[in-house]
Amino acid sequence: MSVDTLSAGRARRGFRDLPVPLVVIALAAIIYVAAAVITGQTNQISLPGLSGLLQRTVALGLVGLGQTFAILVGSIDLSVAALISSVAVLASYLMQGDPGMIVPAILACLALALVIGAVNGGLVAYWGINPLIATLSTGLILQGVLAAGYTYWSGRVAPEFQALAYQSLFGVPLPVLLLAVLALLAWFVLAKTRFGAHLYAVGGNPDGAKLAGLRVERFVLAAHVIASLGACVAGLYLAARLQSGTPWIGRDGIYDLESIAIVVIGGTVLSGGKGGVLGTLAGVLLFASLDASFNMFGVDAFLKQVLRGAIVIAAVAVYAVRNKGHVA
Amino acid sequence: MTAIPDTARPARRIPLRGLNFAIAIFVVLYAGIAVLQPNYLEAALFMNFLRRAAPLAILACGQLYVILSGGFDLSMGAVVTLVVLAASMLIGGDPEMSWPVIGALYAMGLAVGLANGAIVAFLKVPSIIATLGTMLLVNGLALAWSGGAPRGDLPDNFRNLGRLVLRDVPLVGTLPVAVIILAVATLLMGWGLHRTAYGRRLLAVGDNPRAAELAGVPVKPTRISAFVVSALAAVTAGILIGGFSGVSVNAGRGLELQAIAACVIGGAQLLGGRGSVVGALFGALSLFALFTLLNLLGLPQALRDSLQGVILIAAVGASVLRHRRST
Repeated sequence: MSVDTLSAGRARRGFRDLPVPLVVIALAAIIYVAAAVITGQTNQISLPGLSGLLQRTVALGLVGLGQTFAILVGSIDLSVAALISSVAVLASYLMQGDPGMIVPAILACLALALVIGAVNGGLVAYWGINPLIATLSTGLILQGVLAAGYTYWSGRVAPEFQALAYQSLFGVPLPVLLLAVLALLAWFVLAKTRFGAHLYAVGGNPDGAKLAGLRVERFVLAAHVIASLGACVAGLYLAARLQSGTPWIGRDGIYDLESIAIVVIGGTVLSGGKGGVLGTLAGVLLFASLDASFNMFGVDAFLKQVLRGAIVIAAVAVYAVRNKGHVA
Repeated sequence: MTAIPDTARPARRIPLRGLNFAIAIFVVLYAGIAVLQPNYLEAALFMNFLRRAAPLAILACGQLYVILSGGFDLSMGAVVTLVVLAASMLIGGDPEMSWPVIGALYAMGLAVGLANGAIVAFLKVPSIIATLGTMLLVNGLALAWSGGAPRGDLPDNFRNLGRLVLRDVPLVGTLPVAVIILAVATLLMGWGLHRTAYGRRLLAVGDNPRAAELAGVPVKPTRISAFVVSALAAVTAGILIGGFSGVSVNAGRGLELQAIAACVIGGAQLLGGRGSVVGALFGALSLFALFTLLNLLGLPQALRDSLQGVILIAAVGASVLRHRRST
């Protein structure tokens, strides 16, 4: 192992020494501008156009922030898509258009996310179940309950709550501000607190962290709770944006796969212990630029799905191909 | 180190243990069905049960190859959808075209399997991401090709593969063609896994790829081959599904997870190293028996997903506990 890291350290300089997030952001900018110029839609490169682009990053960015924690600690969360749908449905069911219910509904959604995160974390950290299977299963359970009960749980969010998704402050859309604030918070936790440092330690080397006296299980549990909270906020945002939740908004948005993809594109290592929030934001910006470019070129929905699949694979491959060993 | 000459013995014994577990579950569940609907004990209805469970069982055996090699194949359901849509588009109701098109379908499966394998083995993309990506890709291609609304009918000679029941067969009375295909497929895959050097290499790769490599196993070709087997199994299942449920854009949705669940129920260890075709077969039959049972009990179809989640957690959790005790 140490031989590998040594030889990687001696790798040639140049492009690869640049911080990953910067490279990704530059790539996103080039793609977006090129698409706008080629299709002649240069009005996209303006303040409203860019603000629209940023608005596209919000839902996936929120999920990605949470997913970053799960992946950093060496786990993964595939239940986020189902949780997003559940939160959106729960929020619109509880509100039924009544502004007085906004706060209780948000609290109920956060409570749901806490429970799901704790269940995920418990299954992974304390029971030792493979995180892919554990979170896939909790996602399936949520999705099934939603699909079975949806007919009884229809509703819509309060207009005041909906307004939050469309208002701006100093010309910046509120949801974008929300993402920025939460990203800053996540960055602070990971980079500046003891908890963050311990998360990296647990993700990088669980056995070593355990020997150093860290309660590894607690950190895995906490990371899963944070991942669920990220999905919860994303679900609330989508409910506000779309006026009411449906049981399929999470699945149709492919938030599970895409959140993992943006985290990995941003340079966070799937095996844990290395990476950060800035990379995730860069990853989501790249995806939003690609999406916007597809729209400018008028790519049809099915073909877009094909391209997305190919891009996810290619994006992960760019980093993974340098691995020396074999992957699962 | 001294244990190396003995490896053949535990490998022979472990499939037996997986076999007992899944068979027991299946017998219990089928007994439950028989209590609610006694005529399920008749040979004809049992054969019909096997016929409907055949695609899932074949998928599970294919998935087992990938699981044993240390990965997951999440693109199976998308391949089933592609097969069903492509068959209806290419055949266009012309019985003459059925056999050439089936050849073309297997070629498509081969391509998907090779792509999955190459992405995992050469590009080092973790299989769960790689196959989720190809799942999106293949699904998107199938939908784009059919425009989201498939045209064309499947002719009878194609549909008969999944639908036809041979009557007046000695011993069993009725014998669906799908059951014959199931028997041939499982025997073939069981032979490949448990009776050949290739099967041993696959298990070695799943157990510890680095060690297998040092021992001279061609790791990359072995892993690629597992994805190819899985994709070809998905094509076979797709042909059967097209035969008895007809053409739909949702033909394969969720099947990849059912196949994984079946393998886990059958005692396969995730991320490789342990498992058997008999286990996967009876895992699939158990899962299907459970679905049938719940149908008879009148549980909403949508809760199937939830139940599958519970089963996955229970099956993997149980194997974790068993291992914790033994080590």
